[in-house]
Amino acid sequence: MKHTVALRVNGKSYEHEVSPRLLLVHHLRETLGLTGTHIGCDTSQCGACTIVMNGLSVKSCTILAVQAEGAEILTVEGLAVNGVLHPLQQGFWEKHGLQCGFCTPGMLMAAYNLLNRNPNPSEDEIRHGLEGNLCRCTGYHNIVAAIRWAAEEMRTGAFAAAR
Amino acid sequence: MVATAPLVGQSVRRKEDPRLIAGQGRYLDDIHLPNTAHAALLRSPHGHARILSIDTSKARALPGVVAVYTGSDMKDTANPLPCAFTAGGVPNNLPPHRALAVDKARYVGDGIAVVVAEDEYIAHDALDLIEVEYEVLPAVVDVEKARAEGAPQLHEEAPGNLCMHWTAGNQEKADAAFAAADVVVKHRIHNQRLIANPMETRGALANYDPGTGELTLWCTSQNPHIHKLLLAAFVLGMPEHKVRVIAPEVGGGFGSKIFLYPDMVIVSWVARHLCRPVKFVETRSENYLATQQGRDHTQYVEVAAQRDGKVTGLRVRSLANLGAYLSTAGPGVPTTLFGRLVSGAYRIPAIWVEVEGVFTNTALVDAYRGAGRPEATFLIERMMDLLALELGMDPAEVRRKNFIPPDAFPYSPADLGLVPYDSGNYEPALDKALQLVDYRELRKQQDEGRKHGRLLGIGLSSYIEICGLAPSAWMQAQGWGAPLFESSQVRILATGKIIATTGSSSHGQGHETTFAQIVADQFGVGVDDVEIVHGDTQGAPFGLGTYGSRSLAVGGGAMLRSTEKIKQKLIAIGAHLLEVSPEDVEYADGAVSVKGAPGRGKAFGDLAMAAWLVSSLPPGMEAGLEAISYYDPPDCTFPFGTHICVVEVDPDTGKVKILRYVAVDDVGPVINPMIVDGQFHGGIAQGIGQALFEGAVYDDDGQLKTGSMMDYAVPKADDLPSYETARTVTPSPHSPFGAKGAGEAGTIASTPAVVNAVADALSHLGIHDLQMPLTPQCVWSAIQAAK
Repeated sequence: MKHTVALRVNGKSYEHEVSPRLLLVHHLRETLGLTGTHIGCDTSQCGACTIVMNGLSVKSCTILAVQAEGAEILTVEGLAVNGVLHPLQQGFWEKHGLQCGFCTPGMLMAAYNLLNRNPNPSEDEIRHGLEGNLCRCTGYHNIVAAIRWAAEEMRTGAFAAAR
Repeated sequence: MVATAPLVGQSVRRKEDPRLIAGQGRYLDDIHLPNTAHAALLRSPHGHARILSIDTSKARALPGVVAVYTGSDMKDTANPLPCAFTAGGVPNNLPPHRALAVDKARYVGDGIAVVVAEDEYIAHDALDLIEVEYEVLPAVVDVEKARAEGAPQLHEEAPGNLCMHWTAGNQEKADAAFAAADVVVKHRIHNQRLIANPMETRGALANYDPGTGELTLWCTSQNPHIHKLLLAAFVLGMPEHKVRVIAPEVGGGFGSKIFLYPDMVIVSWVARHLCRPVKFVETRSENYLATQQGRDHTQYVEVAAQRDGKVTGLRVRSLANLGAYLSTAGPGVPTTLFGRLVSGAYRIPAIWVEVEGVFTNTALVDAYRGAGRPEATFLIERMMDLLALELGMDPAEVRRKNFIPPDAFPYSPADLGLVPYDSGNYEPALDKALQLVDYRELRKQQDEGRKHGRLLGIGLSSYIEICGLAPSAWMQAQGWGAPLFESSQVRILATGKIIATTGSSSHGQGHETTFAQIVADQFGVGVDDVEIVHGDTQGAPFGLGTYGSRSLAVGGGAMLRSTEKIKQKLIAIGAHLLEVSPEDVEYADGAVSVKGAPGRGKAFGDLAMAAWLVSSLPPGMEAGLEAISYYDPPDCTFPFGTHICVVEVDPDTGKVKILRYVAVDDVGPVINPMIVDGQFHGGIAQGIGQALFEGAVYDDDGQLKTGSMMDYAVPKADDLPSYETARTVTPSPHSPFGAKGAGEAGTIASTPAVVNAVADALSHLGIHDLQMPLTPQCVWSAIQAAK
């Protein structure tokens, strides 16, 4: 028994027939071919699957595709605009905020939401804000630095100027 | 021809990052081939059971299921997975490990059957339809119980559940030292079992082309050439030149992606059978059950010393849990990489080590970041603190008193049969760390705090470690059934762009950047003119891969050999074009120039074009600018340093807060400081994880109680501090650039620094025996018990 799911991802509209038990993360990765969002666990701990859905960061492994009917979704593939990196992406590059890169898309989307809610977070607020995203490579030190760099850039730099 | 600052030594932004921050990295599960079938594994729910029958008929009948296979189907056309690193010099019992169990399941997670279906949802549905009749047997998970009389026996081939009994050192000397000692300190340490937890789980995708007879396997590998050789020559009996293994983007490994796994064998075997691609990706829960775990030593340690703090003897007996079967390198880790390293940074004249490798009904154990050296470093660093406590001495001074002095290098620990420590200078690192934390002030704060019930603790760890693995001859004598050289192939193309292929296999370490820095400097080109290629066995010389912090020390050596060979040809071409003798020119700043006349030269780009056009080459010279090299290191490398951890323990909750973490490390000269710091950050995080948060726990029936991320505490961002890193620089006399290797030292150093800090916070309460992980419950209970 199939359901129709219509949603928008990174500004593009999609409509597909899906199995009711299809996870949103599989729909993004397998149906839509957006493999930037990763699967790291099976208990909703790791956050590698984090996307932004209807303005909130969510774990796409714990949402059924059918629950995303009508949703506005942003994934890591939608962060850069016209080839210009989002300050968070730039910050992760500048500050060596990634090593293997597997947690990185989820981290970026969680950080995106964090900075939307709190544009000037302290180190503690960043660390607390990332408690839903595990990284095994970096020890988080440079991830925190990257997010602080991005926050500063978004408040005061070229990104802010362009807005 | 303008001189530019060398790239080596600079924190060049990573070339890997643009694709990874855009979500364009192609990891195993991102790779799609048409007509791929998905495999799911039925795993034993019992820790120990005879397999009486398997009925796959209902599973095979489920729409969308392509096939179901069991161990019986595979056993005549797939050999057991080999063990390639035995404990050298002693008999090893080597029971077979089949990809799918045939007679018995020996751990929860042991593969029983494989379902192949049109998609992974159907494949998992079909697992529930397979009916297996088991005769459940008693299980044993504890090493001491497994070695006891009457214990359940896992393998006929291993009576008493023993793989091997291995020794190192001089027992007579050690016994004499203990008999004559002023002071003897004894301790039992459980270096607990850990789960590696790379954020990407493991997987494999196999494609067999019946037309060419070629098998291509993509897999999450730290060493694709090793996987290719083991699969082709040892397990599947396929011609080596018909097998290609590709490591795509790999999302972390920490050792767990070194080994040959049943699922790699299974998808390859099934792909050959079905002649369509077959993909397997493990869930995280499967990763916990059936991907190799780390550590799990039960150690009895004794230190003999004089009253002035000089250590005169060290005796170690360790039972190393190997799990239900032998992993690819299982017995080698607790012997060569642990037993020979127990004396650490100290000159100890009498040492005796005994190690037993023991089978239990648990997941297989093998290398995990540090591989034997964390187990050795924790042991000796904990004992130095316990000795200091016993003697009423400052732990920094006890260390200083026993350090191998700087004029003693190359240094071989007494009777341990180790390749010599290449270089070291331990006191400056200790002093720098003490100065960075303002040690004397901290001790004052600690004393003051104790008057008000504040539990502040300071923990030291002055470590050495062995990496840059390794001279092949020495490793083979240790029981390693392979060489340990590294390879490179460097090619200069017609337009002056460079492709450098390495046998190293980056899975987060940034080799595409650091090797490019090295190669670019050698020829005087930009870092973006160099492409580092790794991971695909096709067309690449055999390489041994990335583990044991060897990629720079050994992979870099091979890279430099190739660049040097090419430079010789560039000099010959340049001299010919300049119409001078090769002795009169040199290669520098991207050109061949007449010595003493740098304005008169031939630039790299012109030389590359000449090598391609051929017509202006010296008579008899072939076209092309390329070289293949292999580098077998003459020794290992020995990074060292001192880490200091400052903690505060909450007496009401037992929670440990890390107030400061200072790491002073010496890895020799550093190619990319930002990347090296990153390796230390991540390494320290894992070491803190072992000290305070992590531990894989089995119940007596062999059920993994910490079976998911809900129960196994991988540290989160708000569990960890920021890290203060500093360096001393003591080059290795033999390695490329004098560099030593940095990937594991953070993990090796940090666990004892943290545990020593907590013990230091509690020692005035009479608490000295603390076993990891030091969870709030563990610490709180110890405080209560001491009241």
